Amino acid sequence: MYSLFPPEFFQLSVPLAAYLILSAILFTIGVATFLFRRSIITVFMAIELMLNAVNLTFVTFSNHFGKVDGQIFSFFVMVVAAAEAAVGLAIILMVFRNRATLQIDDFDTLKN
Amino acid sequence: MDLVLFLTFALIAVACGLNMALQRHPVSSALSLIGVMVSLAVLYVLLGAEFIAAAQLVVYSGAIMVLFLFVIMLLNAGAEKLTKKAGTAHFLGLPLLLILLGLSSWVITTATSHAKPVKFGAFTAGGPREVGWELFTHYVLPFEVTSILILIAIAGAYRLANKEMD
Repeated sequence: MYSLFPPEFFQLSVPLAAYLILSAILFTIGVATFLFRRSIITVFMAIELMLNAVNLTFVTFSNHFGKVDGQIFSFFVMVVAAAEAAVGLAIILMVFRNRATLQIDDFDTLKN
Repeated sequence: MDLVLFLTFALIAVACGLNMALQRHPVSSALSLIGVMVSLAVLYVLLGAEFIAAAQLVVYSGAIMVLFLFVIMLLNAGAEKLTKKAGTAHFLGLPLLLILLGLSSWVITTATSHAKPVKFGAFTAGGPREVGWELFTHYVLPFEVTSILILIAIAGAYRLANKEMD
């Protein structure tokens, strides 16, 4: 491993933009999953992935500005995500009990 | 060592995210999402946010994902059927997403070109003591409001999942 890279490589620090671009990539993956997947549980997991990506941005800027407020905000996002997951999964349970399916194409009662 | 750790766990996060998007079975997607969350917790430690990293492991990959897996296994959810009902999302979705990613990356790189790089150990105010101090002094009202929100969520989840409904 050490012969593969020059020793300076291990002293490099990470640019701020790298963290933000990683967050953007994860958010885009989340949106793509939200758009293209047909299972209601996977769509719900995509929302969690997007929340995680936004949390990474908050923590990165908290590091950049040297203040702890961004971490507090991501803590609140986490708490709200937990509440949202509990209610959302209860809704999924109820929908499955009534319709016996998890494909989101079948949930079109409100269409037209 | 910062760059090595960042690259390793960023690659793990992106690979697990793509795996989540591409797997057909919900259990595989959920396990990939746990991979994303754990590698994000390592990145939080690199950013000096120890408390948030611990909360990420406990709340997200612990509680929320266990809830997800519990519901998947309770409903006996199998692999999803692929349908072509998405319509415009199938044709416009991917190009527009790539445009979004490209534009946001461009804005990020131009806006933070003069920012100082992230160095492990430069920011140490992310421990439980500092976060708790800030949480219970400046942010005590949002904290209490959140507790009411969770109470409502518990009541709502119980009401929704109750068998004797209507």
